[in-house]
Amino acid sequence: MNISTSTTATTTSKNQSQIEQALQNNAAGVLMNSVTKKYGSFTAVEDLTLEIPAGYYCCLLGPSGCGKTTALRMIAGHEEVTSGDIFIGGRKVNQIPAAKRSTSMMFQSYALFPHKTIWENIEFGLKMQKVREAERRTRVGEMLDLVGLSHLGDRKPDQLSGGQRQRIALARSLVTRPQVLMLDEPLSALDENLRVRMRTELRKIQKQFGMTFIQVTHHVEEAFSLSDQIVVMTHGKIDQVASPEELFDTPASQFVAKFMGDNNIFQGKVINCVQDSDLDLIQLEVEGLGTIFCRGHGVVIGTEAACSIRPDLMFVEPYSPDLPAKSSLAANQISARITAVEMTGYVTRVCLMAESTGQELLYKVRTEDWRSNSLHEGQLVVLSWSKDNCIFLAY
Amino acid sequence: MDKYKRSLSYYFLAAFFGLFVLFLYGPMLSMFLLSLQGTKGTLTFPMRGFSFYWLQSVFAEQRVGNFVEAFGRSFSLAIIIALITVVFSVLAGLAFRKQFKGSSAIFYLTISSLIVPSILVSLGIGILFSLINLPVQWFSSALAGHLTWTLPFAFLIMLGIFGRFNPAYEEAARDLGASETTTFWEVIFPLIAASVVGVALLGFTLSYDEFTRTSLISGATNTLPLEIFGMTTNVTSPALYALGTLTTIFSFALIGVTLFTIQFLSRRQIK
Repeated sequence: MNISTSTTATTTSKNQSQIEQALQNNAAGVLMNSVTKKYGSFTAVEDLTLEIPAGYYCCLLGPSGCGKTTALRMIAGHEEVTSGDIFIGGRKVNQIPAAKRSTSMMFQSYALFPHKTIWENIEFGLKMQKVREAERRTRVGEMLDLVGLSHLGDRKPDQLSGGQRQRIALARSLVTRPQVLMLDEPLSALDENLRVRMRTELRKIQKQFGMTFIQVTHHVEEAFSLSDQIVVMTHGKIDQVASPEELFDTPASQFVAKFMGDNNIFQGKVINCVQDSDLDLIQLEVEGLGTIFCRGHGVVIGTEAACSIRPDLMFVEPYSPDLPAKSSLAANQISARITAVEMTGYVTRVCLMAESTGQELLYKVRTEDWRSNSLHEGQLVVLSWSKDNCIFLAY
Repeated sequence: MDKYKRSLSYYFLAAFFGLFVLFLYGPMLSMFLLSLQGTKGTLTFPMRGFSFYWLQSVFAEQRVGNFVEAFGRSFSLAIIIALITVVFSVLAGLAFRKQFKGSSAIFYLTISSLIVPSILVSLGIGILFSLINLPVQWFSSALAGHLTWTLPFAFLIMLGIFGRFNPAYEEAARDLGASETTTFWEVIFPLIAASVVGVALLGFTLSYDEFTRTSLISGATNTLPLEIFGMTTNVTSPALYALGTLTTIFSFALIGVTLFTIQFLSRRQIK
């Protein structure tokens, strides 16, 4: 992989290739304004408003059927909007066909033309732009260099490995110097190890050229590791737009908290809300479990709501009859029984069941730390966590 | 795997398949043999000598007509049919990838035309031609008759071909700035080329051996199947078999060439 050599080239501008110079500062932002897409009576995307700044790596994240692919395809021009407007770099593109949008799309299965060689595949977009033969040769050559596959120009796509195909698809999409690159689940066809490597490579190229990348994925880890901005979608609507850190620390809804994986969620009624430093201190009454203290704002007393706690921010101690589990401002506490212990590598997942309600809970701990205690399956324990780590979820 | 013992049902099924092949090719084989009869040979076994006399006689003028000319007509007609069929079925296939108003009505109308008895189609075209005062000819009315047969078939096949075609290829082409026409010639057509050759062969063979639909509307001159049919009622010599042998060889050669072409083209397609 000679991606690294290209990266060093950016620091010394005289070594910079034509394509790098052309791609840099070419990035455009995308704005979707109240965009709706209907297929007959089915609404795939509903009243979507989203701004993706130029130079951002944005991931549209959500379960299948949430409308994320439809949203991407509308930006690329492969689907028409039913209503609303899409702007790319300030230009309204509703009526502009995909071919003229100065965007480029990398398809899920890459859609490399099977009857053309790798070279012809990459050259295709330039031919369509009526770029002269000599310039085409330089640019295709540079692109192949960039993805480190110069020696494969004569091959056909079916003679390439999955990772190579992915890089060629990327080269084919970038060679036309798009302002926005769209990626439809670009890593889903690859196996786990390769996926992580290609992920790093995608991010590297995006940063190197300062391009706008918009990617569709249902993989939370992928979205976290790649994005500047994550858009969580469900049922054709946006649930939350946030940076990976923000999303991880403060999910905005029960759906987001659940979709991110293993967060423990408690549903209850707001019984008290006190203004405190940054965030209000909220008291949630959970049936069967008692009071849980959490942080949030915009809270109406008496409403049904929920709170979420990350499984790695909890503590587990052996249960002792002298000190029954009870939440206080110092710490939320509940008693639970260990139902299973799964060592998954660096992390051990401990499955628990709340003693009073039977709710399933999860505790995650470094495998090293877990080994140093004497807890075991079937044991009754006290789970505790700080109110400051417990996130209030209004819906 | 050498010690692998085959079950009894294997031998039973193999024998059954052998019988099937025998029934399939037996008649053809006996026709081949009888076309090599000696000059005094008759329409039935036993063979009386061996000669190429009857094979040569095919190329000579016969009492009932001229095989060479009939072959020429059938061949030209089949080529024209194959071309028209390919062009229109590909266009129809492309059209049916998009949902348009009345598409399902057109679909069922097209398919149901296949179950109309062939002889009625022939009769109908004959009546129509006499109504509009045009003479029936092999290259006009018979051409129409053949198209009623080949087009619906080819249309169905093209629907299947396009059903398997991944639309992402076209989208990628459009995404890279290709116009609709360029997308078709640069991406779609190369990918379906092998199948299109298959459709052409289908159109050709359906037309080449079509009898019923042609029977009433070929006009004053016969196509090859009509010529052969006419011969079965009049000719009592092995020349009949010789003709059968020659057309069969021609058909096999054609199939061979087509398969080779398809293989060549599909090597450029995705596996």
